[in-house]
Amino acid sequence: MRIKRGKEQLVFNLISYTTVIIFTLLCVIPFLLVISGSFTDEGSIHVDGYRFIPKKFSLNAYRVAFAMPTNIIRAYGVTGTVTVVGTLVGLFIICMTAYALQRPQFKYRNAFALYFYFTTLFSGGLVPWYILMVRYLHLKNNYLALLFPAMLTVFDIIIMRSFMKSIPEALAESAKIDGAGEFRIFAQIFLPLSKPALATVGLFIALRYWNDWYASMLFITQKEKYSLQFYLYSMLTQMEFAANDAKSAGIVMEQYPAESFKLAMTIVATGPILLLYPFVQKYFIQGMTVGAVKG
Amino acid sequence: MKLIRDVFQDFKKNKVILFMLIPAVLYYFIFMYVPMAGIVIAFKRLDYAAGIFGSDWVGFDNFKFFFMSGQAFNVTKNTFLYNLVFIVVNTSLQITVSIFLSEMRNKYVKKTTQTLMLMPYFISWVVVGAFIYNIFNYEFGALNTVLKSLGLESVDVMGTVGAWKYILVFFNAWNGVGYGSIVYMAAITGIDKELYEASELDGANIFQQIWRITIPSIKPTIIIMILLNVGSIFRGNFSMFYQIIGNNGLLFNSTDVIDTFVFRSLMKTQEVGMASAAGLYQSVLCFAIIMITNGIIKRVDSEYALF
Repeated sequence: MRIKRGKEQLVFNLISYTTVIIFTLLCVIPFLLVISGSFTDEGSIHVDGYRFIPKKFSLNAYRVAFAMPTNIIRAYGVTGTVTVVGTLVGLFIICMTAYALQRPQFKYRNAFALYFYFTTLFSGGLVPWYILMVRYLHLKNNYLALLFPAMLTVFDIIIMRSFMKSIPEALAESAKIDGAGEFRIFAQIFLPLSKPALATVGLFIALRYWNDWYASMLFITQKEKYSLQFYLYSMLTQMEFAANDAKSAGIVMEQYPAESFKLAMTIVATGPILLLYPFVQKYFIQGMTVGAVKG
Repeated sequence: MKLIRDVFQDFKKNKVILFMLIPAVLYYFIFMYVPMAGIVIAFKRLDYAAGIFGSDWVGFDNFKFFFMSGQAFNVTKNTFLYNLVFIVVNTSLQITVSIFLSEMRNKYVKKTTQTLMLMPYFISWVVVGAFIYNIFNYEFGALNTVLKSLGLESVDVMGTVGAWKYILVFFNAWNGVGYGSIVYMAAITGIDKELYEASELDGANIFQQIWRITIPSIKPTIIIMILLNVGSIFRGNFSMFYQIIGNNGLLFNSTDVIDTFVFRSLMKTQEVGMASAAGLYQSVLCFAIIMITNGIIKRVDSEYALF
């Protein structure tokens, strides 16, 4: 049944579509500007400025970026390895923890939940943590310093737990009658059934690792161990940083496109996310909808 | 005694489950609980050679220094006010967007816009820093390109202290609108469709429906989300402030939040004592405000209480 919709509906549609489209454009424009800038001829940037469509198209910035591959590949390697290892290990620990925290027969599960939860209420702050990492665990310039900080959060555990809670307990009961132990119930029943939550939480963790620059800034002083985002950050903020790299790759300084190169590097560092984004965002929305409403 | 026996019994029965908890328990013990013991640094003059526990006690000197310098008031005020504005702006934008998106009949537009609005959430703040440079750079920034092509004067946004608070608010909203609206959209999906049909029969128009059905129905979610944000009102978004403001000393007065201040005191000016005093001050503030907001949530709707 469709009742005729009045003038108000028309006005509303006009307002809502316009607003949403303007917001969407505002979200997209910065990306377009950077992409366009990275393809613009350096001379044209100096004369005409950055624009939406390059006035003079050029691949020079990318040519330079790929002419000095060792540093970029190394930064990619650091971030890629840390992301893969950290996400797998983190996800496994989160799943085990979430599973344990929702076992009904485990009487002290809430005590353990509080143990984790309390760390979100009160913390020692940056200074003691930093001193622990550097002075006591000796993780300065150690890849573990990139791995540990982003590995698990209480929020991940909560999302995972509320998802596992929705899996019927009867499945676990019947498996137990068949003689399965707790770990087997976890690995062969709960894990496969938690795929949507695994995708979402895995995405959360991977994103944290991929976008991390903070751990590098705090703990890494050796350039060859920088994570990708911190490498990009150093390149954006220190003129000499990128120029030195270019020089050592044998690029003549007069041809070095400082401005467009920065933007090309931004695209190179963000590319994988932008490429994967359309495929993963639906898991993200699903997981947020399941987990965030009631933690 | 009975309790201990009880705990022991339960643990024995659930050996495997305890085993599964070990990695996370250790992780939180080492990286969260051990540093909590380190808050004593706030009351000491740290001497690395003597170690944390061998250093001399200085009582509240670090705090005195932090508060006397005038920094404490300034960074607390900035953290609080920025977060307050962020909450107001983001919440209203997120609700608006979620209502508009859920009313959209055109599936294609709805999907595309939602996807694109969520994209900023996936980007690191380093890249946002690059965006800002790209747009506001005085010589060749896109903003000035547009102004010039319109025959207007170029503006030096980077050098204008007053502009940055708007830039921060803008990019914070930019980052969070798509992400935050997901939660509200989920709440709107849960509203009983019959309410809308009945109101339509009674002659209600779309504005009345939104005002009288949608908003009242998602009010609990709105209140909870706001209170959750208020709970972290003394926690500055370090990544955002650091990447957008960087080390621009001109802007510290108006944009320094507790987190950037602690970081700078620790890493740049090496005032470890003051940094840890400021950190502890922030932890205590956060703890107090979470307790208060949780108390309020309990009274609003105990089902949503954090604990």
